[in-house]
Amino acid sequence: MAPILELRGITKRFPGVLANDHIDLTLEQGEVHALLGENGAGKTTLMNILYGLYQPDEGEIVVRGQPIKVHSPRDAIAAGIGMVHQHFMLVPVFTVTENVMLGDEETRRGGFLDRRVAAEKIRQISEQFKLEVDPDTYVRDLPVGVQQRVEIIKLLYRQADILILDEPTAVLTPQEADELAKIMRSLVEQGKSIIFITHKLREVMEISDRITVIRRGKVVGASTPEQADQKKLAEMMVGRAVVLEVEKEIAQVGETVLNVENLVVLDERHQVAVDDISFEVMQGEVLGIAGVQGNGQTELVEALTGLRPTQAGSIRISGKEIAKATPRQITELGCAHVPEDRQRDGLVLSFPISDNLVLNTYYQPPFSKGPNLQEGSILALANKLIKEFDIRTPGPKVTAGSLSGGNQQKVIVAREFSRPIKLLVASQPTRGLDVGSVEYIHRRIIEKRDEGCAVLLASSELDEVMQLSDRIAVMYRGKIVDVLPADQATKEGIGLLMAGVHPETVEATSSD
Amino acid sequence: MNDTKPQTQPEPEKKDAGKIFLEEVTAGPPKHLPRWKRRLQSAAVPLLAIFTGLVMGGVIIALTSEEVWQAFGVSFLEGLKAAWQSVAAAYSALLKGAFGSPSQIMAALASGDPKQIYVAIYPFTESLLATIPYIFAGLAVALGFRSGLFNIGAEGQIFLGAIFAAFVGYSLTGLPMILHIPLAFLAGALGGGLWGFIPGWLKAKTGGHEVINTIMMNYIAFRLSDWLLTGPMKRPGSFNPISPTIMDSAMLPKFFGDPVRLHGGIIIALGMAWLVNWFLFKTKWGFNLRTSGTNPRAAKYAGINVPNSIILAMFLSGALAGMAGGNEVLGVNYNLAMAFSSGYGFDAIAIALLANSQPLGVVLAALLFGFLRNGATNMMLQTGIPIDIISVIQAFILVFVAAPAIIRTIYRLKKPAEAEEAVVAPSWGGG
Repeated sequence: MAPILELRGITKRFPGVLANDHIDLTLEQGEVHALLGENGAGKTTLMNILYGLYQPDEGEIVVRGQPIKVHSPRDAIAAGIGMVHQHFMLVPVFTVTENVMLGDEETRRGGFLDRRVAAEKIRQISEQFKLEVDPDTYVRDLPVGVQQRVEIIKLLYRQADILILDEPTAVLTPQEADELAKIMRSLVEQGKSIIFITHKLREVMEISDRITVIRRGKVVGASTPEQADQKKLAEMMVGRAVVLEVEKEIAQVGETVLNVENLVVLDERHQVAVDDISFEVMQGEVLGIAGVQGNGQTELVEALTGLRPTQAGSIRISGKEIAKATPRQITELGCAHVPEDRQRDGLVLSFPISDNLVLNTYYQPPFSKGPNLQEGSILALANKLIKEFDIRTPGPKVTAGSLSGGNQQKVIVAREFSRPIKLLVASQPTRGLDVGSVEYIHRRIIEKRDEGCAVLLASSELDEVMQLSDRIAVMYRGKIVDVLPADQATKEGIGLLMAGVHPETVEATSSD
Repeated sequence: MNDTKPQTQPEPEKKDAGKIFLEEVTAGPPKHLPRWKRRLQSAAVPLLAIFTGLVMGGVIIALTSEEVWQAFGVSFLEGLKAAWQSVAAAYSALLKGAFGSPSQIMAALASGDPKQIYVAIYPFTESLLATIPYIFAGLAVALGFRSGLFNIGAEGQIFLGAIFAAFVGYSLTGLPMILHIPLAFLAGALGGGLWGFIPGWLKAKTGGHEVINTIMMNYIAFRLSDWLLTGPMKRPGSFNPISPTIMDSAMLPKFFGDPVRLHGGIIIALGMAWLVNWFLFKTKWGFNLRTSGTNPRAAKYAGINVPNSIILAMFLSGALAGMAGGNEVLGVNYNLAMAFSSGYGFDAIAIALLANSQPLGVVLAALLFGFLRNGATNMMLQTGIPIDIISVIQAFILVFVAAPAIIRTIYRLKKPAEAEEAVVAPSWGGG
């Protein structure tokens, strides 16, 4: 049987960049085909061409043996191709039904919307593919994972049988990602075909049937999960040997730097998010905070860095109480913070890189003299850090918003790590970054630890926490359920703790 | 296990229309280009917008002229001719009203008689005179935009500035000029600043939106001035709602003899433009305001006190607008009368937009508005075309500046390089 979709020699040039260089790709019916590559490798460009958002400079698209021209998403949908974007295209104040109908409305005589018929159709689709979506809820009330399923329903409703999922797990918790994997399975079992774009190796191994790796716009290899291993795929992706395991010496632990006692923090809705917790971080060690997103890690980190008021308890840095201190006072005590959401908290995207590199030191000499900013000193620092931290940019005056995600994170890391610091609070430091950048940032964190810095690492990537930490604290519903040395921790054990099941009290909580 | 809290996943940044708008009006051209190229790129759209606005104004002048319609009735060619004539007459009267007549100026200069020279340059100086309040008020709105705030209340702040300046101007006696002028001028700034401070404080402490509150403050200011002029500040013995005349020692000095009214306020205005530019872009205080305005969350992260920045920005913005009011009282009117400001504060929004919120741009845009407004008076006298056509032209210019895509399409301009990158980036950088 002919493949359901074939891309032949697709080439796309952007000014100064060859985004796709004669890419060939075939998709068989009923398979999950992973498209693996680093940020900027050209995956999304390729899919945007397939979806009609860009026109290829060369090459052709063949669907079910028929060459087709795709000039717009409308053409793509007509050919049975649908795409779920990284950022959802949903109207939050509309119901699921209304969102799905949008652009393809079911009408009664006289042009009135027929929500009932549409809802019925959605219910059927939801049942058929085990999507478990209620057509009548408002999208804004749905968790992110379910919103994504609404996007999938939108495609199925329009009878797409080639589904493109662009980095679908980037916004999901590990649990939601597992559910998505099941849904993808059920979709292909019923004859749909899926192109799955990602840079996460583990997912590729778990979900896909075939793998195509692209690097710098070219196909550099194809494989299957049975033949490949993570290390080989990573090497193909990055183009050089990659250290997936973080190499580190045994921690040389010194004095206590961060001391938290009976800390209570509330969230936006005035609910207790951090519930009476106590812990310490010593010089020269990494304390990892593991936990499913939304169990108080965000609020804890914000409280430690002065961004969120504390309700009760104390936080001390080298013995100095900071529970009521401002972010600036905490920064000046030698605390660095890599925030969870780099674009929202860590950078001013419309400012040049140079200004972002002095975002929290601009008022100090040598960057300010009296009221005057010292443009010369700021630029000198920027040039130095761009070199030292390998930030890929045409120059220090380029806005932070025009950098790729990995380079944006490097700007933050450069700013925070280049100051004299004794405490580093890093929250999701590698979220959404490619393998090369992840490796780089991990190495920098361990370097800081070895210099004698105390490191608090909060991450929902269990692998990351296990690789970097010397001790691991597991948070569940605002409490630290356990703290254990990293060499005694197993993935399964921590996974159970993350789910709130304490090994010693299994009986007591198993009813949970 | 499904009872963990609702997700706090990173969502695509939600931007409200205001935020997008602010980004658009404060965005600069890419910084890595050579300076002159950047200048040219950022000036291209405003300049073409002005040109297109004038063309559209011409079309309306032609279409609203009865003679033109009659000529079209005769023949199409006659119609075009008449249209051209009416527009040419209107715009030449406008230019003459704005700049004066070159031949008259040359003759006056040749005669060497100061009186004649003053009469000849009078139109030009009147245009500059009209420019001064536009500069102050335009700077006020631009500073707000740069700090992430929509100060729609410049008009009310102008009134407060005028009230304060007038009071200090006529009530303090026996002061030397060197003290009285600065004192009265600063009182004007203080009055406007106070009127900006209140909505700033409300926003910082309660989250009340400054657009609503500054508009409301406008009405309070108008009625407050009405009340003061019929009561406490009314000129003794007068039947009109008008304040006493300010002391001679508070009057801004004039450059030339009668009838030229151009006064020292223009130097203060240019000085303020320089000062605002320095403050916003060269000082740490400006960095505070710009960061708070662009990304309040990152500003908080960086240790900036965002509520204080909002209050300060609104105070300074109000103070600049207050200077416009003080300037009119101390330099032009010498008293406070009802409805003395004819919408400077609202035109200022257009000026700040046209200027991309750059102080130098504000000066240029203010010049344009000042010359248009002054020239239009002559145009009305000469050709009978109502002065309101200027508002139409200004509105067209604004539309074209606010929707640069129109201008780019008409003149086949390329998008600024960085904007193009930004479009491309999600494709090959966002994977």
